Amino acid sequence: MHAKKGGWIPYTKLAVAVIGSYVMLYPLLWMLSASFKPKSEIFRDAGLLPKTVTLENYINGWQGIGGISFGHFFANSFFLVILAIIGNILTCSMAAYAFARLDFSMKKTFFGIMLASLMLPHHVTLIPQYVFFFQLKWIDTYLPLLVPKFLAAEAFFIFLMVQFIRGLPYELDQAATVDGCGPIQTYTRIIFPLLLPALVTTAIFTFIWTWNDFFSQLIYISNPQKLTVTLALRSFLDSMGDSSWGYLFAMSVLSLLPIFLFFVFSQRLLIEGISTTGLKG
Amino acid sequence: MSIISRWWKRNKVALLFLSPWLLGLLTLSLIPMMVSLYLSFTNYNLFQSPDWVGMTNYINLFTNDTRYAKALEVTFIYVFVGVPLQLTLALALAMFLNRGLAGLELFRGIFYIPSLLGPSVAIALLWRKVFGSDGLFNQLVAPFGIEPRSWIGDPDTSLLTLILLHVWQFGSPMVIFLAGLRQIPKDYYEAASIDGAGRISSFFRITIPMLTPIIFFNLVMQIINAFQAFTSAFIVGGNGGVLDSTLFYTLYLFIAGFNNFQMGYASAMAWILLLIIGFFTALFFLSSKKWVHYEN
Repeated sequence: MHAKKGGWIPYTKLAVAVIGSYVMLYPLLWMLSASFKPKSEIFRDAGLLPKTVTLENYINGWQGIGGISFGHFFANSFFLVILAIIGNILTCSMAAYAFARLDFSMKKTFFGIMLASLMLPHHVTLIPQYVFFFQLKWIDTYLPLLVPKFLAAEAFFIFLMVQFIRGLPYELDQAATVDGCGPIQTYTRIIFPLLLPALVTTAIFTFIWTWNDFFSQLIYISNPQKLTVTLALRSFLDSMGDSSWGYLFAMSVLSLLPIFLFFVFSQRLLIEGISTTGLKG
Repeated sequence: MSIISRWWKRNKVALLFLSPWLLGLLTLSLIPMMVSLYLSFTNYNLFQSPDWVGMTNYINLFTNDTRYAKALEVTFIYVFVGVPLQLTLALALAMFLNRGLAGLELFRGIFYIPSLLGPSVAIALLWRKVFGSDGLFNQLVAPFGIEPRSWIGDPDTSLLTLILLHVWQFGSPMVIFLAGLRQIPKDYYEAASIDGAGRISSFFRITIPMLTPIIFFNLVMQIINAFQAFTSAFIVGGNGGVLDSTLFYTLYLFIAGFNNFQMGYASAMAWILLLIIGFFTALFFLSSKKWVHYEN
């Protein structure tokens, strides 16, 4: 059905794919290489192999801004991301269980509202939310970034989990009922443990989106002690100007590393997540 | 039993499970939407109470604000050039990867990486430098006799660099297309080939019609997302770039709301954005009956 065995087409395709990959990855590889180049070499050499390899960009970049090291910013980002994951997993799975298994008034309407909220541009709620958090004196705290995660605000994950729970055999629930489990125990003992693959997908995407999120962090956080990695990179750019791009590249590489590692170790789950639900990547 | 107690009996468990989501829906979506609609008819600077001005914000946006007109223009170009380019590339590469290639998973992964890392500040910073006056791009095109310049500093090309950044992230729609291509039964192609259909006519008569639900889905989602693009413009071009050539809609909204504290004005912009996105989404859904083909 495909090209004849030993034909040249598979090799041509392979060659095109290799060249295509090279072009696609070139900017990333160049940044990685530049992060190991001394200042004098970065902008004179488009090549990928540094002539002299140095760690000075990493060492100096790690010093951070105004005496606060990048280690601190990384700790902030990880703190935020871990709590976001917990929030999403708990509250989205609860809502998904209700939509997939429980009976309640106006279920279809609420399900429709949930789906519609997937398409709602968040700018239309942005300013009142800001005013609301401002009045609660939550500006410059992580609460505006975290509380929504504990209120199942990322409906994508509810949708993902509803789809998953609907695929679980209903006999399990019935058997649990026969054994005397109420709906709450059915959720905690049967559904939640079986939901694990969907929870892992949720955790991965929450990690990536929260880590990469810039807009909300930008409007809510300005205290240097509380900056996340993304905000710190931006402040870095502002405070150093264009003179220290080596440092900036080094810290940029480090900021992408956690996402990249997640990708390497969970590629299959990630791709399945996108393929089946069309989650934006 | 009264109606209320019957209602309570039926719904109490579901309410327990739905309570975080319902609270969020109310406090983070529904009430804020209403409040932002109200604020859009006021002058409000966060510190004094809102001052009702009727339609003034909307009238000013469309008649009195050249920056807003520019922001609309820039955003429309970005969306309606960037998204079709990105999706065409995504489909082409999905077709290319789908058959007769060793190492599909590896290449799929490689092509997906940019859409994973692309939305980050780090990549926006990289873009700013790659297309700057002493950047990598100049070094790469120098052999073709192209004069070095700042592609970001030039208002004719700055938006193109951001469109390119968007197109570069074709990986996630590509993965969705690939999943769709996998679901087209092979017998269709075999039957077509027995009937004498060539590759090109199979593509237009089988592949494209079978993929229309996925094309539709990708188009709607990518357009909604592209209208809200922010990070790349903010990092690459700063407050709108040279001559506001990269003043994305959301960037101008951010400047109005959070730099100038014109919260009422920014709310009006947010509502117009909702209407624009709603308009195009509705248009796609209405037209879908004519071109989207659903298998039963």
